[in-house]
Amino acid sequence: MNLSCCCSTHSPALAVALPLLGAMLVMLIPAERRPQLRGIVFFLAAALGAFAAISAAGWALALGSCDYVFGAGPAFGLPEGALGRGAAGAVPIRIVFHIDAAGALMLLIAAVTSTAAALYALRSEEGTTALPAFQPLYLLLVAGVYGMVATGDAFNFFVFLEITSLAGAALAACRIDRGFAAEAGLKYAAISSLGGLSYLAGVGLLLARHDLLNIAALSQAIQGGGPSATDYAALGLMALPLAMKAGTVPMHQWTPDTYSRAPHPVSAFLLISSQASLFGLFRVAFTLFGAPVVGATSLGAFLAVLAALSMFVGVTMAIPQHDVKRLISHHAVSQTGYMLLGASVALAVLGDAEKTAAFGRDALAGSLFHMMNYAIYNGLLFLAAGAVVWRTGKRNLDDMGGLGRAMPVTMLCFGIGALAIAGIPPMSGFASKWVLYESVFRYSPLLAIVAMVVSLLTLASFVKVFQAMFLGPARKHLAEVKEVPLAMAFPMLLLALATIAIGLFPDVVMQRLLLPAADALLK
Amino acid sequence: MRKSRIVGHIAAVFYPFCLVFGLYVVLHGHLTPGGGFQGGAVMATGAALMMVAGMFDEGEREIKYHHYKAIEAFGLLLFIGLAFAGILSGHGAFFRNIWANAGGWFGAPGESGSFNSGGLLPLMNLAVGVEVFGGISVILVTMIRAMKAAERGEDREDGDEKGEDAE
Repeated sequence: MNLSCCCSTHSPALAVALPLLGAMLVMLIPAERRPQLRGIVFFLAAALGAFAAISAAGWALALGSCDYVFGAGPAFGLPEGALGRGAAGAVPIRIVFHIDAAGALMLLIAAVTSTAAALYALRSEEGTTALPAFQPLYLLLVAGVYGMVATGDAFNFFVFLEITSLAGAALAACRIDRGFAAEAGLKYAAISSLGGLSYLAGVGLLLARHDLLNIAALSQAIQGGGPSATDYAALGLMALPLAMKAGTVPMHQWTPDTYSRAPHPVSAFLLISSQASLFGLFRVAFTLFGAPVVGATSLGAFLAVLAALSMFVGVTMAIPQHDVKRLISHHAVSQTGYMLLGASVALAVLGDAEKTAAFGRDALAGSLFHMMNYAIYNGLLFLAAGAVVWRTGKRNLDDMGGLGRAMPVTMLCFGIGALAIAGIPPMSGFASKWVLYESVFRYSPLLAIVAMVVSLLTLASFVKVFQAMFLGPARKHLAEVKEVPLAMAFPMLLLALATIAIGLFPDVVMQRLLLPAADALLK
Repeated sequence: MRKSRIVGHIAAVFYPFCLVFGLYVVLHGHLTPGGGFQGGAVMATGAALMMVAGMFDEGEREIKYHHYKAIEAFGLLLFIGLAFAGILSGHGAFFRNIWANAGGWFGAPGESGSFNSGGLLPLMNLAVGVEVFGGISVILVTMIRAMKAAERGEDREDGDEKGEDAE
């Protein structure tokens, strides 16, 4: 078997396995004596994992979907009944990765952002006390996120959810910052374990009723038979904690603490881990339960209200903030609202094929589009704000000012990110928000108006931040500040370029990636 | 904390027994209740016994904190390495149990309950056992160090000052 064939066949597993292997290797290398070797292994593991993830995603997009059976024999074939009860009543017991177009989209997002943040971390975390713990934990988080979006097994999803929760909590706390970081980590750990246990209880109910864990087989069993009370209970137990873990109102309180206290590259990638939870919610609602169960509940309308609240509460909490990372974290809550909004509209009309075709599908595609853009521009904002904090040592906007002369590249990147989050053309944020406005308006004009108003408030907030950080007279205590090194500027420029490119060619992305992904979820 | 010689010596006698029993649970993980995690925890109990018996300082001279960390990392690496065996051998997927029923070590296709069965599973149990032993010991050492620091009354003030504007 030659190497290239081996790589493409195993790429879904390697996406998870290589970061895990890298995490273990990094732990064995002493941080004080061999920092460079450690950095190389760390970055290689992240980059190779991303390469495997992209290759798996490409494979899945080309073939429609791609399956990987863990522990399978030389034939690599699915064992009898791996994706549903076989003719002979065989029970699917193997752990399966099932990557469809939606999973492929998430893999691409995670791969790009994780590599950019890892490259950034090589310099930004260099020599900090957090470094020995940071590198293995970051790789664990990456592996967990790949696993969450690729898995085809409901229990396996829980395992990866726990991996991301533990790694995320430890990462948020790994920079000792007078107890603030520890508090942020503890909060995240508490919320995550609560959500994880609730999800597990839901999986337990489904296992008790259907004797299955494989998502494809479970969805056949659930949607084939009439929905029962157990299914409704499981839906609630599984969907709501995932919405909570994604950071929607009313359980958003952990987000500002956790995002703002985590090391800067971690803040950028924790967004993706929250998005993986949101994607888990989509998986549960669309793929697992689907129209027969969700259509009979008002889950869609309920989530739409939560989404509108998240958008509004997030942005109004962001406006008075003075800590720049905390401010962006509140915006993250608001943006999560947008992502949930489109999907919840699609959920609300899921039982109605006509409305789904008319605007539900577009709303879901808009949601996925916004997830993709948000991952890139909000990651960019965290990296650029982190660069300023890294150079100046200040987090408070009142202590900054006039940095545009000293840090032009950072200013450019932050500006592009700020324009994108406010939905100004030609940035990517404009394209996805436009799709959302159009489709959501047909479900409820009020929700679309809320979304537009929130977008204006976002713009107002970022005008203030940009002005406070980069414009105005130079400050005396910031006279020594220099531009960030290339290793930190390059990932920022890469994400900025992606933001513009997606904004200029939204059609290509929509046709190639997003509509197939939405169809895969709606199928 | 005043050390008692009697307690210390009895603990030293029990220490190897704890390790051997833990290893027994680990190695029979594929046959009997228990396995890597439980066995590793039993082995770490031995380390905990030595620590609470007041042999912490002596123990730290022999096996240091970073040794435990290395043991933990080695266990994890062994586990993930065994998972790679399927891919590397070219005869299966990630986590393929390539030794099962293949003859040789742990590969006898004999009757159920035979120790010489299970393929890679006993080795994976061993890896988990090593990892858990190292991991729990790291936690114990960290906690006892913090306890000792508190006993010595080390103030946290200078740590706070250093934390000022650390970013």
